Amino acid sequence: MSGLKTSMTEGERKTALEMVQAAGTDRHCVTFVLHEEDHTLGNSLRYMIMKNPEVEFCGYTTTHPSESKINLRIQTRGALPAVELFQRGLNELMNVCQHVLDTFEASVKDYKDQKASRNESAF
Amino acid sequence: MAAAQAVEEMRSRVVLGEFGVRNVHTTDFPGNYSGYDDAWDQDRFEKNFRVDVVHMDENSLEFDMVGIDAAIANAFRRILLAEVPTMAVEKVLVYNNTSIVQDEILAHRLGLIPIHADPRLFEYRNQGDEEGTEIDTLQFRLQVRCTRNPHAAKDSSDPNELYVNHKVYTRHMTWVPLGNQADLFPEGIIRPVHDDILIAQLRPGQEIDLLMHCVKGIGKDHAKFSPVATASYRLLPDITLLEPVEGEAAEELRRCFSPGVIEVQEVQGKKVARVANPRLDTFSREIFRNEKLKKVVRLARVRDHYICEYEVVGRVAYSCNLTYLGG
Repeated sequence: MSGLKTSMTEGERKTALEMVQAAGTDRHCVTFVLHEEDHTLGNSLRYMIMKNPEVEFCGYTTTHPSESKINLRIQTRGALPAVELFQRGLNELMNVCQHVLDTFEASVKDYKDQKASRNESAF
Repeated sequence: MAAAQAVEEMRSRVVLGEFGVRNVHTTDFPGNYSGYDDAWDQDRFEKNFRVDVVHMDENSLEFDMVGIDAAIANAFRRILLAEVPTMAVEKVLVYNNTSIVQDEILAHRLGLIPIHADPRLFEYRNQGDEEGTEIDTLQFRLQVRCTRNPHAAKDSSDPNELYVNHKVYTRHMTWVPLGNQADLFPEGIIRPVHDDILIAQLRPGQEIDLLMHCVKGIGKDHAKFSPVATASYRLLPDITLLEPVEGEAAEELRRCFSPGVIEVQEVQGKKVARVANPRLDTFSREIFRNEKLKKVVRLARVRDHYICEYEVVGRVAYSCNLTYLGG
């Protein structure tokens, strides 16, 4: 069992992320325990990781509603270590959100411009 | 050909059958369908993705997101509800409360009042810090005393005439600038969003005198910090007529759906039904109660077209929540 101290989000936490690996397996089957996270990150991250053809299995659970953590398990087909797929999933998710943000802001600007020009033409 | 169509339907539509819903889950992962490349491709996503703002005013926002999956659309909704910060009253220092509303009830009500302040200009308060500094706290004062109106008519029974200041509204809250806040925020910017929220009622001789501290917080901590009233989305309805529907049946069909969804037109002397605007439908499934017509219609929803409707209280930057998920 190895613990990784990575601070992913702000907050007063000792560990944000842990990796749990059963003895005897190599690095392509890993369970990540993400603290202070829930379905918001869990489901969207699971979707991004599942879109990768190298993934054999990816799933997540919330361990108990009183505990604010999720277990995310990744099993790969053998070529890549699971950690790399996890990182790739996170990066892809960030890219998606950035693109959605840019598109949304452009669309809001368009809407405001259209509304302004419609108000002008009314007068 | 039919098999290819069935596969397309499975991938792109959630079908509402008479007794159940089919094709609910996302199945377009690599390897599930032969002949399809479902691996994540950022360029393909960017090409297919679009956002159309339908309506936006200071209280509500309605927009369409097309080309995204439920997992991510839901994550945005969850973040908007629980993790976008706002300012709200947290500590209430009561100097005098002789009203009929108990201290804690009054404090609870004050906490729920939306405050018009941009949370991005403030910091979170440090844990254990009781006093608060100008960078993380806003102060409001509420001081109202109810008195008898000496000029009221003798036999009047209308409280509006008899008493002065008997209703305490949010407009009675005054902002008390801390430190250099008076220079940073021009007059009138820091206030409750609505000035006609009734906080308490008083009678002559009763007084409320208190000081409120507003801090920055998120909805996860307490619902008073949530910037939205409701944050919901629905999938775009997709109604298909499997056969042409004419005559009296067309009128029946029109009555089975929400107004505006089905249009009956006169074509060569006959009435013909046409799906005009499926977006308006609320899927009451009335059509399934009609034995003849239920075989003629296929009710479905487009899997990746989200109509998002957010009702906002106070000021919030909609783009805030998207940056939260990314960061």
